Amino acid sequence: MELTWMAWTWPTAAFFGFIALCLIAMTIRELTVPGGAPRHGILGLDTTRGDRLFISLLGSGYIFLAWLGLVGPNLWGALAIALVYAFCVFRWV
Amino acid sequence: MNKTVNQKAWFFVLPVLLLVAFNAIIPLMTVVNYSVQETFGANTFFWAGVRWFGEVLQSERFHASLGRQLFFTFTILIIEIPLGVAVALAMPRKGPWVSVCLVSMALPLLIPWNVVGAIWNIFALPDIGLLGRMLNGIGIDYNFTRQPEDAWFTVILMDVWHWTSLVVLLAYAGLVSIPDAYYQAAKIDGAKAWAIFRYIQLPKMKRVLTIAILLRFMDSFNIYTEPFVLTGGGPGNATTLLSIDLVKIALGQFDLGPAAAMSLIYFLIILLFSWIFYTVMTRNEEQ
Repeated sequence: MELTWMAWTWPTAAFFGFIALCLIAMTIRELTVPGGAPRHGILGLDTTRGDRLFISLLGSGYIFLAWLGLVGPNLWGALAIALVYAFCVFRWV
Repeated sequence: MNKTVNQKAWFFVLPVLLLVAFNAIIPLMTVVNYSVQETFGANTFFWAGVRWFGEVLQSERFHASLGRQLFFTFTILIIEIPLGVAVALAMPRKGPWVSVCLVSMALPLLIPWNVVGAIWNIFALPDIGLLGRMLNGIGIDYNFTRQPEDAWFTVILMDVWHWTSLVVLLAYAGLVSIPDAYYQAAKIDGAKAWAIFRYIQLPKMKRVLTIAILLRFMDSFNIYTEPFVLTGGGPGNATTLLSIDLVKIALGQFDLGPAAAMSLIYFLIILLFSWIFYTVMTRNEEQ
């Protein structure tokens, strides 16, 4: 199948691969520990682990955009903040 | 009794998943791929990294379109939600007029979006349109094709005309679901109309109103056809909303990279607001 119109690049493929891996890992976790690990977090929200992944990814998107708009195109700093943010979300939200 | 876990049911979701993959996920992946590259056509791409994102985020044009979009969305929400509730409260709950009112309310929703734009374009034209001629006839200098304020007034009026009905129907559904016992209790307590609205009707409509706000927010933030047909984004760029600007960049200028970056930023904004509304909505349900 011809896929040149999709204009794949290695970085974007790695990005989607990472999302796919997250979803597979979440599925395996759900099969081993069913129920979604619901919790009432510090934001006052009732979240499952799927919600926490979504909040992590969405928030990370905004962290990268804010970094790009305010700091510049070198995104390592944004990646570090996003990882800390995702850890905090999974730990406390 | 132990609950039986049967994960096989997930296979029934597979056809929908495939459908969504073809019409949403694959195009979204393509947009992500385009957003980090430059193309000059003929499927030739050059890596550009995050350059387009940086350019879009710092572009005054994007800030202006986003500002106009937010102004439009919040203005129509401020008008349509209270107006929709007021109309729903005024509608009869029993009798033959119920059907007449419901059908009348549903009519604007049945008209295709491009036809709504065309209707309002003709209706508001200053030389031949009923609204345009009437306003000019009573001494108001009105010309939506030349004056930005008039264009905004017409675009907002058109959206209010087209979509307030949706809020009315949802609010009405919330109102008719309130059991008579609540009103009888209020009557015994001697509650006035305002108290009935504040302590019975409004809390009971909370859920449908949240849905109405979510739907109207999403629709108005994505709006393209009606204002495009009515004003074409003009005069100048006065009514160029985010989606109109996006189409101009993608199809007018054929700048696919910046357009893809802008689409993804647009998508993230909508995703955030939708998530906030969804969270508020589900919290209300739990409470």
